[in-house]
Amino acid sequence: MSRQFPVSLTINGERQEFWVEARLSLADLIRHRLRLTGTHVGCEMGACGACLVIQDGRVVHSCLSLAVQADGSNIQTIEGLSESGAIVDLQAAFHERNALQCGFCTPGVLMTAQELLQAGGLPTRDEIRDALSGNFCRCTGYEAIVDAIETTARRRGAAVKPNDFEPRS
Amino acid sequence: MSGPLSPVDRPNSYIGKSVPRPNAKRLLAGRGRFTDDIQLPRMLHAAFARSPYAHARIVSIDASAARAMPGVRMIATGRDLAELCSPWVGTLQHFKGMKSPPQYPLALETAVWAGQPIVAVLADTRAQAEDAAEAIAIVFEELDVVVDIDRARVPNSPLIHENLGDNIAFKTSIESGAVSAAFENAAAVVEAELTFARHTPVTLEPRSLIADFEPGERALTVHHSTQTPYQFQDIYSRHFALDESRVRVIAPDVGGSFGMKLHVYPEDMATVALSILAERPVKYIADRSESFLNDIHLRDHRLRAKLALASDGTFLALKVEDDTAIGAYSAYPRTSAVEGNQVIRLMGAPYKIVNYKADLNVIFQNKTQTSQYRGVGHPIACAATERLVDLAARTLNQDPFEIRRRNYVTSDMYPHTTASGYKFERLSLDECLTELHRLMDYPSLRAEQSGLRRKGIYRGIGIATYVEITNPSPAFYGVGGAHISAQDGCVLKVTPSGDVQCAISVTEQGQGSETIIGQIVADQLGVDRERVRVMTGDTETTPHGGATWASRGAGIGGETALQAARKLKANILNIASAILQSRSSDLDLSEGRLIERETGVVRMTLGELAALVYFRSDTLPPELNIDLTIAHHFAPKGFPFAFANGIHGSLVEVDIETGFVRLLKHWVVEDCGRIINPMLVNEQIRGGVVQGLGAALFEECLYDEAGQLLNGSLADYLVPMACEMPDIAIAHVETPTRDTELGAKGCGEAGTSAASGAALNAVNDALDPLHASISQIPMTPQRILRALGVV
Repeated sequence: MSRQFPVSLTINGERQEFWVEARLSLADLIRHRLRLTGTHVGCEMGACGACLVIQDGRVVHSCLSLAVQADGSNIQTIEGLSESGAIVDLQAAFHERNALQCGFCTPGVLMTAQELLQAGGLPTRDEIRDALSGNFCRCTGYEAIVDAIETTARRRGAAVKPNDFEPRS
Repeated sequence: MSGPLSPVDRPNSYIGKSVPRPNAKRLLAGRGRFTDDIQLPRMLHAAFARSPYAHARIVSIDASAARAMPGVRMIATGRDLAELCSPWVGTLQHFKGMKSPPQYPLALETAVWAGQPIVAVLADTRAQAEDAAEAIAIVFEELDVVVDIDRARVPNSPLIHENLGDNIAFKTSIESGAVSAAFENAAAVVEAELTFARHTPVTLEPRSLIADFEPGERALTVHHSTQTPYQFQDIYSRHFALDESRVRVIAPDVGGSFGMKLHVYPEDMATVALSILAERPVKYIADRSESFLNDIHLRDHRLRAKLALASDGTFLALKVEDDTAIGAYSAYPRTSAVEGNQVIRLMGAPYKIVNYKADLNVIFQNKTQTSQYRGVGHPIACAATERLVDLAARTLNQDPFEIRRRNYVTSDMYPHTTASGYKFERLSLDECLTELHRLMDYPSLRAEQSGLRRKGIYRGIGIATYVEITNPSPAFYGVGGAHISAQDGCVLKVTPSGDVQCAISVTEQGQGSETIIGQIVADQLGVDRERVRVMTGDTETTPHGGATWASRGAGIGGETALQAARKLKANILNIASAILQSRSSDLDLSEGRLIERETGVVRMTLGELAALVYFRSDTLPPELNIDLTIAHHFAPKGFPFAFANGIHGSLVEVDIETGFVRLLKHWVVEDCGRIINPMLVNEQIRGGVVQGLGAALFEECLYDEAGQLLNGSLADYLVPMACEMPDIAIAHVETPTRDTELGAKGCGEAGTSAASGAALNAVNDALDPLHASISQIPMTPQRILRALGVV
């Protein structure tokens, strides 16, 4: 057995401790040790954005971090964001607008969207497209994703209820 | 446009409505279940040692070091697995003279592409399996490599497969009318040689499967990220000599496929073989570099074409020669010849061309195999045809819209048979062209373009017409001997509380198959959509059928669901008539309640009826048919394919100093017949367009002379990202097929089919005032600058 190192993390609000190999990626820890399978692995080199998680308030590629490097940090995955209700409006807008197809990129896209929207203000469509420049989606062609993020930004700005949104086709 | 199937304002009227997908909510919450999310007890992980060479003889394999590594459970060579798995051959009988050698899970004596798996390793973890695979020492003797489509065919070319005698997989020709005479009498001839790069699907979820062999019953369960579970049930059963009833293939959530995950891959067969040998579950998940090396690649054509013109712009004759390279093996079970075959059959298809000649050469090379992917052949035929049409317009100084209108197959010609033999029931070419002109506001765009040109800004406008093969009959694969179904099956079951469960053989990869099937069943039965549960993707719980590919899900699967729902409704009304002492023709089902057809008075709920059938059959007449579960199959009849059609417009801006192309806007007018869910149709179109635009501007598998893939990572291989893609405006024309009650044609290929052709024409339109042109995609900045003579 290769040498194991202790790692202590707060994941979705819960403090957890592990012994891990030095080479274990944060993505593999999240997916295969914690069984939080909403975080996906698409390219294993930080290009596709499927593995994005929030680490200490910032969106990071969990495939590019080693689990040992994340020692002491606070990680939020899609499961945590969903269960806390923090992105319920984003999820509703994505659902109404069909801003996902296969759903493999979706958790990472939601991380990017949440980080953009938390910066405040009403981003333009070009700014939303720029913010998504690290999220590869093969299915949607992106426009529905941009629409859903734009809608959520407007609603957060105006504090409009999600039900007021009419799906456009 | 024809009217809806039923009044749109009645309750449960779902056909034609943009309703969201019930199954999307769990994906949004990170609760999808993709194959790699599944962990089975005692599961082992597979990894492979691969050929680093494109063509090499395997001299020796030394796995002794690997065998001793931590966690390693088994190491298997090609010979070990060949004993369990009969080889497969990627040919179809209706492609006369086609050849491809038998293929095995792992290379036996010779590796024929870089990345071909040679030795398999099973270990407790994936990391251990990969470590051990790296420690396997394979000695190779390098052989001459065949990569070039011309040199592959010279008489003294090295052979990829000695037994085949040459490097040609398939050749075919079409000749119709008097082509030579038409060219001799032409007022003008335009011609082009177009190059279409080899690219690759890059589904975000890589190929994934878990094979779970149970030796006691000789039962095999495979959790497989695929579009076509029934096809794989057949293949695993036949090639591993297992009883088909004991082979179960489950497609869980599938993270994109687009055709890529319906082909047989060596690793699929190896993983099943390893599970049989180990008698334990075995998981194989391709990593991204394995995906680049071994997922099918696509396209790779050099197409030469000539169009003969009368002085008024009438098309007189078309001549085509398509050379396409497919890698080292033809794919199984659909072959790698369908792409080229569809190119030569779709060339010129929207136009009145009777004089037509085409030659197709399908060529082996020492590269990854190519095969069917979204739009099979369509984008090539569309771009080549539409480039010629634009060249014709330019040569004769005609407007691109008008020259198309002059030559389209017209409404009085249907049913129409093309020179290549395709039969069109009815298209809406002229209506779509008119609608695109309006949607783009074409005159304003042209005015803006000429204004900007005076300021040194080079914008281009391009259009491209497509016809799309959808709803294929057995003429596609069945007649060629492939066990690929053209029909679908549907089982509908009323639960005791009056809910409805629908098990159907079309499958879901995010396009919304389950949603539209639910809409159709609820609409036709007269129940709320929320009370219909649609189940797909499991060969043990759904009827055998074709599944989802070639834009067949809505047209064939949807019609199957429609007919099944009507059959179930007839049973329900018959039971109700016995219970309520009314004629069944006086009753109807609406919002899950039995009502009097004339008055709408509610007599009982479907749940009350079902409860009587299931729990109080003693109260019913003994001879009453109480089937509240029905099975129904539907196979397409009538036209061999339901052709959809449409047209794209593209607006681009070319930076003539850097060669960069900016996509400003894209428009699509499409006609997929009856639309079941407009929002889902639009999103199929948008996603497809962006895949076509990726091919137009970015995507290319670059190889060196030794057959090595040079850009096999997502850092090096460019895919379209959000910041580069335009907004896409869509309009619809609806020409339902009369071959079905539902009237739906498909829309899955429509976006990809014409996007690259429209962009090619737009870039050439931008370059035209500079007397430059480009005839190669992707249109990279370097190629644009070369076209401009800058580099």
